[in-house]
This record gives sequence, structure tokens and C-alpha cells, in this order.
Amino acid sequence: MARVVVDVMPKPEILDPQGKAVTGALARLGFSGVSVRQGKRFELDVDGELTEDRLAEVRRAAETLLANTVIETFNVRVEEPPASQDEEEDEGEPDEPAEQAELATQAG
Amino acid sequence: MGRRIGPKIGVVTFPGSLDDEDALRAVRLCQGEPVPLWHGNDTLDDVQAVILPGGFSYGDYLRCGAISRFAPVMTEVIKAAESGMPVLGICNGFQILCEAHLLPGALIRNDVRVFVCKDQDLRVESVDTTWTSELTKGQEITLVLKSGEGGYVADEETLRRLEGEGQVIFRYINGNPNGSYNDIAGICNERGNVVGLMPHPEHNVDVLTGPTQDGRAIFSSVFNFLSAKV
Repeated sequence: MARVVVDVMPKPEILDPQGKAVTGALARLGFSGVSVRQGKRFELDVDGELTEDRLAEVRRAAETLLANTVIETFNVRVEEPPASQDEEEDEGEPDEPAEQAELATQAG
Repeated sequence: MGRRIGPKIGVVTFPGSLDDEDALRAVRLCQGEPVPLWHGNDTLDDVQAVILPGGFSYGDYLRCGAISRFAPVMTEVIKAAESGMPVLGICNGFQILCEAHLLPGALIRNDVRVFVCKDQDLRVESVDTTWTSELTKGQEITLVLKSGEGGYVADEETLRRLEGEGQVIFRYINGNPNGSYNDIAGICNERGNVVGLMPHPEHNVDVLTGPTQDGRAIFSSVFNFLSAKV
């Protein structure tokens, strides 16, 4: 099982009323000098081995449903498992998580 | 009564649709034959036009219209729209049409960050569609607007094309209620058979429940188009 994370953000030129509301609320709470844009994070637990084909499928899923590329950009990346799990599960393949992380792509 | 049976107009009900009953009623009041359609069906029951009504289909989860766009009935609606059948998307229906790429652009949260519910003044900008032929270019009408995510956005090239090709059909006047680019309240596809608008013509068909009956022209336009076609 591998976890793939899809981050979706409103395009920079598209107004983000939610981000603006959060920015305003933060300022009222004394957190000044920050400007917020709000997006979405999807965690996809993918069964079986995460091959390049499976990752391409996730990208297609992101483009088809998770993001509306008219107004949003998305980023697909493989989340590395926690270090303690690494030692147990990745015997003899210490390079794998790093390789997977490189598959992260930008699209939209 | 001897009333002639008007054209069969389908109204799709999705889980979370609110204005499907009003749309069916508007069709009936304007002398059409309303046909309820269910989102989970993969047939359009021989209707001659389809209305996607307002509401909060699938709870507006993910994005407004994003899930509904993949409902089984939408496969048929998209096919029918591409072959020229008149399709009208009202409010949430407009959002669904944009998500389905039957119309360009997208609807985002109102720039005023509140749900807007008001009698909205509009100018009719184009009458070359199956849903607006009974209106007059430049005519000013008033329809109910009630939406939280009614801000129409599109890239500059799309906006130029919409404006240049007469695909902007309704524009907000006397104030832009939601931050829509170019004050756009409604658009159509290149062919003019698919129309989406944020305001609700189905709420403006009866003296009892609306300040105007300006919505009637939308329904009679499509009836005339359909009877002329036969």
C-alpha cells in the first residue's frame, strides 16, 4: 500500500474568497502580515505496488475529478512512509522511498 | 380544457436538487409537458429538451456540480447536448454544465463571501439561443438570484470569445452581485442549444410567487423552437 497525495490549489489569477476570509480572520486574531490561499489535500491509499502506470492513473483521476483545471492546479506526490516503518518494511531496498518521491509531478 | 400538449421537457433530479419541482411546475404553467428524470437513470425518456435545476446536488461536495457531472443520466445529457438538444442549466445546473465542459469557464464562491438572495436585474445580451428567442436584445428583466457560488470566471481568451461570438446572453445590471467577470449572469455554447444562467427563471412564472413573470419567456422560447422544428 502506498499513499499518494494530491494537492489542489486555486490558480493564482483566480480570486480565492475562502483564503481572503481566513486572511482577514487571522489578522483580527493578531496574526498579521500573512496572506492565505486555501486549497485541498487528497490522500489516496493505492493498493499494491505503486508503478509508474498506477501513478499515471492517479494523475488522470486528479485531472478528471479532484481538480477543475479551469480554475485549479494540482500536484501529485508520493508520501514517504514514516522512518520507523521504513526499517521494517524496506529491508534491502533503502533507495525506494527516495525514488518514489522523485516521481512527484506538477500539472494543471 | 382542450389544452394542447406541449413539448416534453425533462427535469433531472439529483440527490440534493431543490428546484426540480419548481422547474417542472414552470414547464407545466407555460404549457409544456414536464417529465421528471432521475440522475441514476441512463435514459432521457424521449424528452425534447432537458433542464438541470438549481439546488445543492451531492451536497456540493468536492466542488459544486463536480460529482453530479458524472451521474449516469449526464452521459445521456452530454450526448444529447452535443447532437443539438436544448439543455438549460439553472444555478447548480449551470455549475454542472461548466463541470461537464458543455459550457466554458467555472463558477466560484461569491466575492462578497455571503449567499446572495435577491430579485436581480439583468440585461438580455443575445437572443440567438433556443432558450432566449422570445426575449429582445437589450431587454431588461428581473429574476430571482439565490446562490453562494455564482461568480463566473474564465480565462481572458474564453471571455473574449464569449463576448465576440455573442455567447454572453444575460448580464447583471444595477450592480454585480457576486464578482462574475464582465458581469456575466448567463452564457451559451457556440451552437446556442446549451444555456446556463445563475438566476432562476422557474421562480418567476407566477404572480403569486415572484415580482415578475420574466422567466416565462425562457420556457416559451424553447417550446417555440421545438414546435418550429417539427
